[in-house]
Amino acid sequence: MTRKPIIQVRELSVGYGDAVILDHISFDVYEGEVFIILGGSGCGKSTLLKAMIGLIPPFSGQIILDGDHLSNRDEADLQKLLRKIGVLYQGAALFGSMTIAENVALPIEEYTSLPRELVRAMVRMKLGLVNLQGYENHLPSELSGGMKKRAGLARAMALNPKILFFDEPSAGLDPITSAELDDLILHLNRSLGTTMVIVTHELESIFAVAQRVIMLDKPTKGIIAEGDPRYLRDHSQNAFVRQFFNRRAVQEDPDAAGKDIR
Amino acid sequence: MTLRIRGRMDASSAGPMIQQISARLKEYVISSLTIDIEHVDYLDDYGTLVLNELRKMIPHERASFQIIHASDKIQELLSVLNFDSLSTQPPIQKKGLRGVIIRIGEETLQRISDLKYVISFIGSVILSLIQVCSNPRSLRRSDTLLYMQRVGVEGFPIVALISFLMGLIMAFMSSVQLQQFGANIYVASLVGLAMTRELGPIITAIIVAGRSGSAFAAEIGTMKISEEVDALFTMGFNPVLFLAVPKLIAAVIMVPILTLFSDLFAMVGGLIVGVFMLDLTTNSYIAQTIKTLSLFDVFWGVFKSAVFATLITLIGCLKGFQATGGAAAVGQATTSAVVSSIFMIILSDSVFSVILRYWG
Repeated sequence: MTRKPIIQVRELSVGYGDAVILDHISFDVYEGEVFIILGGSGCGKSTLLKAMIGLIPPFSGQIILDGDHLSNRDEADLQKLLRKIGVLYQGAALFGSMTIAENVALPIEEYTSLPRELVRAMVRMKLGLVNLQGYENHLPSELSGGMKKRAGLARAMALNPKILFFDEPSAGLDPITSAELDDLILHLNRSLGTTMVIVTHELESIFAVAQRVIMLDKPTKGIIAEGDPRYLRDHSQNAFVRQFFNRRAVQEDPDAAGKDIR
Repeated sequence: MTLRIRGRMDASSAGPMIQQISARLKEYVISSLTIDIEHVDYLDDYGTLVLNELRKMIPHERASFQIIHASDKIQELLSVLNFDSLSTQPPIQKKGLRGVIIRIGEETLQRISDLKYVISFIGSVILSLIQVCSNPRSLRRSDTLLYMQRVGVEGFPIVALISFLMGLIMAFMSSVQLQQFGANIYVASLVGLAMTRELGPIITAIIVAGRSGSAFAAEIGTMKISEEVDALFTMGFNPVLFLAVPKLIAAVIMVPILTLFSDLFAMVGGLIVGVFMLDLTTNSYIAQTIKTLSLFDVFWGVFKSAVFATLITLIGCLKGFQATGGAAAVGQATTSAVVSSIFMIILSDSVFSVILRYWG
């Protein structure tokens, strides 16, 4: 298979206010792969994700999504670009005043000219895909955490975007539910060929779904490892990376990289 | 000297134990202290704190301090808590206050960035309104109707009641003075003119600020902190067009209507005082009201109330969009939306008075 990059991040620096969180990082995400961004708490995983979907403007650097520059802030271009992505937020971010069906229908009604019955049928199909049949008329507050995430996923892929972003998909879920979500991610990746970019630090999820990972590091504000997680676990040159993948506490070794990570 | 401790050394016994022991120990000059904890059944970090306090009571460092007969469990706990180096740790220092100049500078920069945000927010509201005018389908009609109901229909009873009572009070208070001159009939003029020109718009605006301005800020603020606003953005919706414009249009339509009702109900209140206390006839009261009021007065009040509605909605939505952090931020946004709205209502009303004075 030819490896064509769908996301290119070049010399990206992001942060809040005066604080730089990530400094000049570059990486590619290839079409159709499951790509995981990981790292200890507070290293800027979610910040990087937010920069990649255009929610926070970078200090410097470029993000190219499927050939289009994200910093190109022309309204029409931005619309076109945002159509290519879907995002599952950490708390699912369903609109509380709308039912599940209305949430999923919102982008479909806005961007397709399907008649109302077909929109409804489409919503039912999307909810079927995430095993939520029969919950069309529930409000988000009436669903459990895992169900909300699945409904959020149904909404994120309502228009079959090329790239799906996940912000900590397994946060706050029990192991079974989060394993089910992992299966769903793999299933969608295989059947639709959707590129998945996932921010997480759940080791089980990483080994279950990731084809390639990058690992961010707080002290150096950069990427300390990139590649197959199974290979990194056993062969990484960096002690901190091996500790992370083997789930060990950081030893009191003054030379150990990533000593400051709490 | 050897100190034998029995029983439990936990959170509930730590306080009394320190007090009692330190009171007793003051009576002696201590050269060495040995603490026997053989009969301590339970010791946790509170107990460790007591031991550390005892160690501090030894006057100088050369005096020996030791703990004997500690069980394995207790020894492990003491080593986890770094008991040996506990007393040498520096106390936690409070963050010192930064210099006055730095704080003034930071605050100024914060104000400037807030101002920039306000300007860009107003700009994007105007752009969204232009978009709605050129493409009316982009307005969320069902939301607009919903907010019209929330602001107008549901706000009607309280506006009517308060205005009625205001009319009653005004008529009653002024009648005491006007009666002395036999000028009872001017109660009608006073109530009618004061309400349509000034009080009707202001009372209505303040009630709407409290009911709906706060609701707008809380709603958008909650959506902001639960990432729903971000979700709107990444789904390709314009959050301002989606959330603020329906509220703005609903308020600008409904608040002037509420104001007219407010004027009307205040006049009814005045009428009741006039008829039952001042021996005016209903007809003469109504005739005097009509004689006093010009159409301009009514329109001026309605125009002002439309401006107030714009201010309330813009401030409410702005404060909501500015919320970051957690639940407390939503509370702050709500409070500050109401306070700022009321301030801006009064301020703009004074500006209007000045304009009218030199224009009319």
